[in-house]
Amino acid sequence: MTQPVIPQTEEMPAEVYIQEALPRVNEFRRFVRVFFSRGVVRFGAAVIVLLVLTAILAPVIAPYDPYEQNVTNILQPVSREHLLGTDSLGRDTFSRIIYGTRYALLVGVVTVLIAAFIGSFFGIIAGYMGGWTQTIIMRLTDSVMAFPPILLALILAAIMGSGIKGVMIAITFALVPGYVRLMCGQVLSAKENEYVMAADAIGVSHFQIMFRHILPNCLSPLIVQITMVMGIAILTEATLSFLGVGIMPPAAAWGAMVHDGYRYLIRRPILSLAPGVAIMVVVFAFNMVGDGLRDALDPRLRGTL
Amino acid sequence: MTTYILRRIVQSFVVVIFVTVMVFLVMRLLPGDPVLMLVTSGELQEFTQEQIDALREELGLTNPLYIQYVDWLRKAVSGDLGKSLLHRYDIAEEIKRRLPVSLHLGAFSFIIGITVGSLLGAISALRRGKWVDMLVTVAANIGITAPPFWLGILLIYILGLYLGWLPIYGYTSPFVDFGKSMLQSIMPIFCMSLFPIASTARLMRSSVIEVIQQDYIRTAWSKGLNEKIIVIRHVLKNALMPVVTMQGTVLRNIIGGSVVIETVFFVPGMGLLLTNSILAHDYTVVQGIILILALAVVFSNLVIDIIYGWLDPRIQYE
Repeated sequence: MTQPVIPQTEEMPAEVYIQEALPRVNEFRRFVRVFFSRGVVRFGAAVIVLLVLTAILAPVIAPYDPYEQNVTNILQPVSREHLLGTDSLGRDTFSRIIYGTRYALLVGVVTVLIAAFIGSFFGIIAGYMGGWTQTIIMRLTDSVMAFPPILLALILAAIMGSGIKGVMIAITFALVPGYVRLMCGQVLSAKENEYVMAADAIGVSHFQIMFRHILPNCLSPLIVQITMVMGIAILTEATLSFLGVGIMPPAAAWGAMVHDGYRYLIRRPILSLAPGVAIMVVVFAFNMVGDGLRDALDPRLRGTL
Repeated sequence: MTTYILRRIVQSFVVVIFVTVMVFLVMRLLPGDPVLMLVTSGELQEFTQEQIDALREELGLTNPLYIQYVDWLRKAVSGDLGKSLLHRYDIAEEIKRRLPVSLHLGAFSFIIGITVGSLLGAISALRRGKWVDMLVTVAANIGITAPPFWLGILLIYILGLYLGWLPIYGYTSPFVDFGKSMLQSIMPIFCMSLFPIASTARLMRSSVIEVIQQDYIRTAWSKGLNEKIIVIRHVLKNALMPVVTMQGTVLRNIIGGSVVIETVFFVPGMGLLLTNSILAHDYTVVQGIILILALAVVFSNLVIDIIYGWLDPRIQYE
């Protein structure tokens, strides 16, 4: 390939020509190529697709009703009829794990999206306004962050009362400060850009500058963070359910299943261990996809999140 | 440096005030009031109306909110965290008794996390692409995703029940019976330190990779310094900076994780007390413990910030 000829004239500086002479990059194709370049990321993406499909098709895939009790069939070992055995009420463990994907996805996706929305809103305002607004929002964020997230979720879930609604509100609240801090930092550096000054100069309102000019330029780290935190949210829900303040039995939530199976650890370890493997694989998948997104969306962020 | 430290102390003080307000409000967020909740949930059903009123008076629930807060704060500062709603024991005394247990496991997990994690991360980065690197990367990715409570159960099953090598629950002070204490704390400390090791290793790896590409490292090589000096004095010292700042998050994680791990292994520390009190709706105890845990986080963050300012003087002028 020959180098593009760069004419040196007085009207047009050389840099402009260099930029124009570079071949156009198809951003989407570049994204796909980088994203799918690593095996673990492909694995993670496949797991998430499978997770969504399982959650939707649960009634079709599951061999048994996850809530159907059968006292004549309790604590069965692994067999062809019951791939992962049955629990203390005779329910099929495999079917319960399949239905558990619904809780995992519901909690993982909904809590993170709401937390990201609320957190980004306050983070952008704090970063853009600066001064007292920033000080107050950030000190409040620091204070909430003084509580370990799992502790915060645990206490809030206890106050809210057990059940999926309480758990989701608790996890959402525990996740918000992370987004406030992330977006505040992003906006602090983004607002120094010239396009912000230009928008300000032509009289664009603060609100428009914040949400139409700055926000789209801070989306990459936000998307990466959202994906990674989905795994954390699922893990938190499982932990709360395990401790007895989360999603309560008879619901087929993975954390609650680990807890229930714990009592029969000597006789049927698989009751406790199998749902744990499910949690681990899903959290791993979200983490890997987050890693892949980070590499594909913004290589500068590599190793920082 | 003095200005920097003073500024950080003032900031932490503001955070502490907010934290106390939040901890105080936890009890007020309950529907009705804590005493009423206990009555309705059946724990105090044998109490007469007079006893309930007296309990409410004792807790100061009849005063306006801000007076209740000031009262509670004044008592808390003087070391009085009140009494357990259910069992009437002195909360501060109980915490004092349990703190060394949690501190023992937590401190070990933290030290193991930062040393083993940084070491693995550094080795992995310096041997980038080799089998050690692959192994560390995969292990670290699994380490940050494994649910700690599940890992605890897995270890209990394999090492405790199946192989019978380690005791599966309980706690003994190392000053009472050192051998037994060691055996009992291996599994809890492993579960609690796995996330710190894994996350520190991941960060250390990317940090070392970034540092070895810097110009000053090339200069160090080209002026003929030997490998040991370059790695220890130039690479590791600079690569450790982001790792130090991350230790605040790691500590929060250990404190949060202790609640889960102490419950799994039945270790009589603050975490187990917290879980039991939450499940029993004993909210004065919950309030006392979360106050202590949150203050521990704020204080350790302050220390980490000061260490960071000392390691990297540029941060003082930001």
